[in-house]
Amino acid sequence: MTVESTAARKTTRRSSGAKRTTGASAGAKKADQAPAGEPELVQLLTPEGERVQHPDYDIDLSAEELRGLYRDMVLTRRFDAEATALQRQGELGLWASLLGQEAAQIGSGRALRDDDYVFPTYREHGVAWCRGVDPTNLLGMFRGVNNGGWDPNSNNFHLYTIVLGSQTLHATGYAMGIAKDGADSAVLAYFGDGASSQGDVNESFVFSAVYNAPVVFFCQNNQWAISEPIEKQTRVPLYQRARGFGFPGVRVDGNDVLACLAVTRSALERARRGEGPTLIEAFTYRMAAHTTSDDPTRYRRDAEREAWEAKDPIQRLRTYLESEGHADAAFFEELEAESENLGKHVREVVRAMPVPDHMAMFDHTYADGHALVDEERAQFAAYQASFANGEAE
Amino acid sequence: MAVQKLPLAKALNESLRKALETDPKVIVMGLDVGKLGGVFRITDGLQKDFGEDRVVDTPLAESGIVGTAIGLALRGYRPVVEIQFDGFVFPAYDQIVTQLAKMRARSLGTVKMPVVIRIPYGGGIGAVEHHSESPESLFAHVAGLKVVTPANSSDAYWMLQQAIQSDDPVIFFEPKRRYWDKGEVDTEAIPGELHKARVAREGTDLTLLAYGPMVKTCLEAAAVAAEEGRSIEVVDLRSVSPLDFDTVQASVEKTGRLVVVHEAPVFFGSGAEIAARITERCFYHLEAPVLRVGGYHAPYPPARLEEEYLPGLDRVLDAVDRSLAY
Repeated sequence: MTVESTAARKTTRRSSGAKRTTGASAGAKKADQAPAGEPELVQLLTPEGERVQHPDYDIDLSAEELRGLYRDMVLTRRFDAEATALQRQGELGLWASLLGQEAAQIGSGRALRDDDYVFPTYREHGVAWCRGVDPTNLLGMFRGVNNGGWDPNSNNFHLYTIVLGSQTLHATGYAMGIAKDGADSAVLAYFGDGASSQGDVNESFVFSAVYNAPVVFFCQNNQWAISEPIEKQTRVPLYQRARGFGFPGVRVDGNDVLACLAVTRSALERARRGEGPTLIEAFTYRMAAHTTSDDPTRYRRDAEREAWEAKDPIQRLRTYLESEGHADAAFFEELEAESENLGKHVREVVRAMPVPDHMAMFDHTYADGHALVDEERAQFAAYQASFANGEAE
Repeated sequence: MAVQKLPLAKALNESLRKALETDPKVIVMGLDVGKLGGVFRITDGLQKDFGEDRVVDTPLAESGIVGTAIGLALRGYRPVVEIQFDGFVFPAYDQIVTQLAKMRARSLGTVKMPVVIRIPYGGGIGAVEHHSESPESLFAHVAGLKVVTPANSSDAYWMLQQAIQSDDPVIFFEPKRRYWDKGEVDTEAIPGELHKARVAREGTDLTLLAYGPMVKTCLEAAAVAAEEGRSIEVVDLRSVSPLDFDTVQASVEKTGRLVVVHEAPVFFGSGAEIAARITERCFYHLEAPVLRVGGYHAPYPPARLEEEYLPGLDRVLDAVDRSLAY
């Protein structure tokens, strides 16, 4: 199916002698069938960990910066695995794993400036990490102790949004505000292949194009909207939709952290220069279930997942770091220890996360108060007090 | 020049002008609000005086309008959104209910949503379908929103000022068939509270409760009833959420009878909530069950039938008769 093959089809690199054989058999077969003008995939690091060049996008990172990206991805994956485990242990009600999408999220997230603003879906744990959001804060809503639970303005990272695509309009409005303020910040709006079908996403394309708003749309096409493959959402590669709205679209290898960083950085710079929105389609794969409540064995084949395992975002950077001598054994060992500490920390914090006081459900509904809320709060308090005063054992 | 006699529409226009002058963060946005001045001319002349950056013609997409208004509010602006007609708000209903209303609570109070959504509502102007509806209950049912509706020029001016100053999202329903009714506006007055009901006419025999376009109808009914020797009190609710039950209760405890009048369908309408709560509060004062007069459980009819569908003088007086007959 096209899912694997398109990623393997990044045959248009101008790199001299770059290998382009991942999952060789499937890739070659499909490439033969591909019509002219088949989507180009921006890639700077092959699945084999080989650095390749691209005519439009380049990036020059120090060894330290490369190790930083690697560390981000490893810790994000570790956090994600811990959250999945905590769900299995009954500590979380639900978890939406980002497994496989670390490069898309770390690459795009590390392209941001502090004054930029992010509007995530509910799966952007790696982006949250880049923004400095305490990862344990992300778990409150999945544990059921709040419905968001962080101040969006403290890290310029908006609340997780569950209704698909709604946040792309908030991102566009926020970007319109930046333009009105005369600032040169930019906004990064996340959504997925499923949400690309939503009216709100398409309306956000219209508004951002019309107002030339400084927003970058980062679509993680992880191939699956729960059980529905990308073919159920679109008949054209998603990034090509941008052209119809009047702004550029680009497809990037979503498992290549360097390419995601370079492409997002470039799009954000473009937005800052007042040249308007960009749609980035990060071509990646949801390695885990949609959420811990999902059972992907009902709708997709193991072989597909296995093909994507060969394109793992973390392994390819590790290969590159090692082959270039950018990281030694001590680095990997220390990171392993740091990962375990993070897992332990997350575990401890989640288990100790208090159930909110029952009166808290009346809090924060309104800024200026509301007579009915006051009345019902008082009634509820009196009802609760009736147990305490009466036959309390 | 502080006291002027203005049509309700012009009072709204003056109120928006004042808000734009007073607070640089106020933005007016919606369809045709710029050069045209809105289909009802509520924003007439504002773009000319405040520029396209502050009086913004938007693409024709209601969800997009409200969704970007939320984003602007997050950036520190105070958007005042115009939805062109009541029946066109539903593409934005998702943004209003799932996003706008809940944002503050979800952020544990760290975010505020000072967004006003102006909606011309109600029938009586002979319009085609989707142009005459009264969806206030669909918003009052949602925690996180406030719902208000002025009935006269003075309230139009002041309540819109107060809605814009509120840090909560306010759905501001404008009685479109009263847009051209004139009334005095004192732009230097000290306004009353936004969410407080007002006794529009004092009486002792029965309370007529209404808001928006039906206040005038009820005042007319009270005048006719007075000729028949009946003393009717008319309460203008002004705010549907929160709802000032104290003022309603005080009136009903005095009169012993309550008839609620609204254009919206009676079934699950605001009258149902009012009847239930007033019955709880005033059980021993009531001489008759709370009666309701409103629209029927049918799609809003073609214009040639709307006079039969809408509560008019006769239907209000019929309900008054039935209540007094208990």
